[in-house]
Amino acid sequence: MSDSVATEKALPSSAIFRIWRGGNGGGGFVDYNTPISSGMVVLDAVHGIQANDANDMAVRWNCKAGKCGSCSAEINGKPRLMCMTRLNTLDLTVPVTVEPMKTFPHVKDLVTDVSWNYAVKKKIQKFTPRKPDAADGTWRVQQADVDRPQEFRKCIECFLCQDVCHVLRDHNLHDEFIGPRFLIYTAQLEMNPIDAADRIPDLKDSCGIGYCNITKCCTKVCPEEIHITDNAIIPLKERVVDRYFDPIARLFGGGK
Amino acid sequence: MSTIDVPLKNGGFGSTRRTDNWWIEPLVVFFCYLAFIVYSNWAVFQAKDYHYVGNGADYLSPMYSPMLTEEGPVAASGLTTAPGPAPSFWPRFIPFSPAMLILVFPLAFRFSCYYYRGAYYKAWWLDPVSCAVGEPRKKYLGEKYFPLIVQNLHRYALYFAIIFIALLAYDGWKSLWFTAPGADLDSPRHFGVGLGSLILILNPILLSLYTFGCHSLRHLVGGRKDVMSDNSTRKKCYDCVSGLNKKHMMWAWISMFYVGFVDLYVRMCSSGAWHDLRIL
Repeated sequence: MSDSVATEKALPSSAIFRIWRGGNGGGGFVDYNTPISSGMVVLDAVHGIQANDANDMAVRWNCKAGKCGSCSAEINGKPRLMCMTRLNTLDLTVPVTVEPMKTFPHVKDLVTDVSWNYAVKKKIQKFTPRKPDAADGTWRVQQADVDRPQEFRKCIECFLCQDVCHVLRDHNLHDEFIGPRFLIYTAQLEMNPIDAADRIPDLKDSCGIGYCNITKCCTKVCPEEIHITDNAIIPLKERVVDRYFDPIARLFGGGK
Repeated sequence: MSTIDVPLKNGGFGSTRRTDNWWIEPLVVFFCYLAFIVYSNWAVFQAKDYHYVGNGADYLSPMYSPMLTEEGPVAASGLTTAPGPAPSFWPRFIPFSPAMLILVFPLAFRFSCYYYRGAYYKAWWLDPVSCAVGEPRKKYLGEKYFPLIVQNLHRYALYFAIIFIALLAYDGWKSLWFTAPGADLDSPRHFGVGLGSLILILNPILLSLYTFGCHSLRHLVGGRKDVMSDNSTRKKCYDCVSGLNKKHMMWAWISMFYVGFVDLYVRMCSSGAWHDLRIL
């Protein structure tokens, strides 16, 4: 309803986009006045600028449908996907700022190097299936038990949650904290009814789950609307409590 | 310090390119907490007017429940009882209020509640004040180290919170039984309903909606298991707690202010400023 109302909002014929230009952390904002029309998203405007005003502007994108997670940026200071940010949701009477994510090394213009995330993912214990339930080597699971991990599989790895997380963004604790993206990835594995690996010690130590102070910024920016904090991080924190902080739970096995 | 180089950093405290009114939410949260803290401290140090016995009623303020001290005689106004003496172990140089011994439990529950933690880390400790807004401090320990590592004991505060719901439900039940006006407190009681009864009964209901949506309870009733489908009771409990958990923030606020309101109602009736409406 609100979307259809918003779609009808008349747009001006052009708008100013204040885009970060420069490489390796250097540079500054440059204003571009570009024609716009109904139905456009920020990525359309950036492409228009790239085609007409700044052929050398670097921008990472792919699907333009909110599913590849490539066009992550900060629009008016908020981590968002450029392809999912409609112009009619922005105040176009003032310049719209578009800048690269701040949590990762800057490459050029709107592009950052997100390879740290892939290195982190490799450190997480892989899916380790338990002994098959049937002689033919298959398992029996109920949908009710895979609902939880399936929510986390919606993640498109846009890394907006990593970008907004203040532990990484402001405190730069990349070596001690894996960030919300990989906490939901760990939850996806840890809550899988077939998985038999034990990631609780890693969660407490090398993953640094204790650094999360539950401000829910990751949940707020997730374009897939995954309940990162409530459904993944807090349940994992509670499993760590079972193992390390609750003497009664320890008596009963404490987790897996 | 991280080994990866992140050159595009935020500036100092409050720096952001957000154009929305991001500061409103933490400001509202800050003042709402402040209002409750100020009121509850005032109510605690009053140490009187917490038990309304006018017109045969028996309304006990939730901030003073359970009744820890021996009650004094009914005051001259006939509306409340005199506060009992401090227990012998209490240091004489500290003013005594039974609420001090009581409120530590619900306070511990709310202080360590996952919702409240996220809210007051932002509104009070500015860590961060809002998403994608610069922070005032460079050092950060999170909940990984002391002192905030003790937040991990939230579930123990939950156990006490559940006990308090039972105690407050009993107070609600007692509020339905009245003596004859002016009669001795120990005289026979008959069923009745006052506006205060309804107010006292609603209190444990709202507290239950908050407490039984607790993240720790969600974990304890089923979330700790990877397989819940093998036990239908466990799955139903998990689903119920999960349903309440979705509105945990809303119930946290409503139940907190309602406790303050119930105390205020009992206090106002006890002091004679308000008159309890007798319905039945």
